[in-house]
Amino acid sequence: MSAAAKSAAVLLVLFAITLVWRMPSSNEGAQAEFSVGLVFDVGGLGDKSFNDSAYLGLMRAKKELQIGTTTIEPGDGSDRAAALRMLAASGAGMVIGVGFIFTDDVLQVAGDYPKVAFVCLDMAVRDGQALPANVLGLKFKEEQGSFLAGVFAALVSQTKHVGFVGGMDIPLIHKFSAGYRAGVMAQCADCRVDVLFAGATPHAFKDPGKGREMALSQYQSGADIIFHAAGSTGLGVFQAAREQKRLAIGVDADQTSEAPEVVATSMVKRIDTAVFDAIARAKSRAFKGGVVSLGLKEDGLELARNATNAKFFTEERVAVLDAYRRKIVDGAIEVPSHD
Amino acid sequence: MKAFLLATLRMSVPYLLAASAGVVSERSGVINFALEGFMLVAAFVTALVALATDNLWLGALAGVLGGALYALGYYGLAARFRANQVLLGIAFNMAAIGITRFALKLSYDSASNSPRVAAEATLWPLVVLALAAVAWLVSRSRFAVRLTAAGDHPPALLAQGLSPTRVRATALMLGGALCGLAGATLVTSQHQFTDSMTAGRGYIAVAAVVFGGWRLVPVLLVCVLFAAAEVLDFELQAANVFAPQIAQMLPYVVCLLALGLRRTTHRAPLALGE
Repeated sequence: MSAAAKSAAVLLVLFAITLVWRMPSSNEGAQAEFSVGLVFDVGGLGDKSFNDSAYLGLMRAKKELQIGTTTIEPGDGSDRAAALRMLAASGAGMVIGVGFIFTDDVLQVAGDYPKVAFVCLDMAVRDGQALPANVLGLKFKEEQGSFLAGVFAALVSQTKHVGFVGGMDIPLIHKFSAGYRAGVMAQCADCRVDVLFAGATPHAFKDPGKGREMALSQYQSGADIIFHAAGSTGLGVFQAAREQKRLAIGVDADQTSEAPEVVATSMVKRIDTAVFDAIARAKSRAFKGGVVSLGLKEDGLELARNATNAKFFTEERVAVLDAYRRKIVDGAIEVPSHD
Repeated sequence: MKAFLLATLRMSVPYLLAASAGVVSERSGVINFALEGFMLVAAFVTALVALATDNLWLGALAGVLGGALYALGYYGLAARFRANQVLLGIAFNMAAIGITRFALKLSYDSASNSPRVAAEATLWPLVVLALAAVAWLVSRSRFAVRLTAAGDHPPALLAQGLSPTRVRATALMLGGALCGLAGATLVTSQHQFTDSMTAGRGYIAVAAVVFGGWRLVPVLLVCVLFAAAEVLDFELQAANVFAPQIAQMLPYVVCLLALGLRRTTHRAPLALGE
């Protein structure tokens, strides 16, 4: 290969990399004394889900707490640890990694910057696991919210047959499926729950084509409502629901706007509140490291209610859902977190 | 059973089109690792034009053209700068992810998906037609002879006063158009573009081309086999016979077995990647 060809190839690869990794966008407040850096998960800002929710919390903190903010959107396969390091080195008081994918990176970088507070959302650590004093691992008890989604599905289903479509087959997604199944069974012991996972690679969260096929197979075998925890694979579930005129339950954020005619509710993780609370505590110098799990008790999870889906939340159903919610908060019901 | 076969057919469409694109382009002597990127760019163009015109047919047409142009760009760089075609393919796949994500953000202010395309289009007759046309083109047409010459022994073409470069450019554009149709079918069935929605299908197609020994019919069979195994994976998971991880391995295991059992009498085009 000639030198020209080599440099052309190198240039192309560099071009591709710059397209995938965009530059940090700084929103530094004018006289902000406390500044927070946030690194997005693979989906990036505008994912209508996890990242947007974290960003919402950050923006609320910026407005209400007068903090400075910097965000970075790394692309697929780019160096997350470097992004965290860059923010920590640039004087941020707190650095947030959005998503379990940051677990190892946060632990690694936090050791080098003991004075900076690090937060990892959905951190892949065990409850009660010891973390460095400057690391806060925020987790959600997805099984509890999914339990309510299961009760809801059992209440709404007319065929007594409901479905679940998961993305990548990992313990995190099994928290959703296990909680959901338990919820369905609690409300309707003779109901049938079909559980499918899209695959064993990260593609499983980004394959609406496969999501549609999985949902079609469940709907065609008699399921009339499907809960998905599958990223944009779940958009395929919504498409199948439209075609079959059945229902679906969204996840992470209120997904009603994606498919108003089929999304009966969504199991929302209040990532925005979690981010805001963590920043507020750090700003008032009350930051504490460790693993914190947010459940129904802490209002970390909820079923989305809005004008469009109000017809599914009849008084009777709301009473049933509230009763289960109270039992979980009181500890009367222990929701399983794995099948 | 009927549901299973229909699901298999639906799942195999993008594989069939992308893999036939791989056969056409590689038979001309150009390594085509960029099927994934061609499809993804075409899928975005399809959604963009369909949303702008409210016509999914126009969107699909634009997607096919977009795929062909992106492929021509690929061959242009491969031929003009004699760039390493494997590297170039990877670069074009990565660039496709970046370009579509950037354009998605610019056009619809989202990193996840485009708005919904309300219009309808039934592309499967077009898919059947395209596959039949390819089958004829690579076996019975005058183009087939030139394709083989370009792929195995380019000097033979030169001796005839024909340009291998032109044959290859045509083959690549044809491949890009086929991938374009594949991308268009993804958008048509989803009624929207979602980020990275090709989800690795192009790589499976590349593998199918090699497994099938660069011959169209075996390559297409591998594609159908893979799609069937994917659908079987759902069925097995639903039946809960064994651990889902085993079911998820199935498509890959089936392909490896098929490869292992096949008598390898066929080989790559001699001038591939030169």
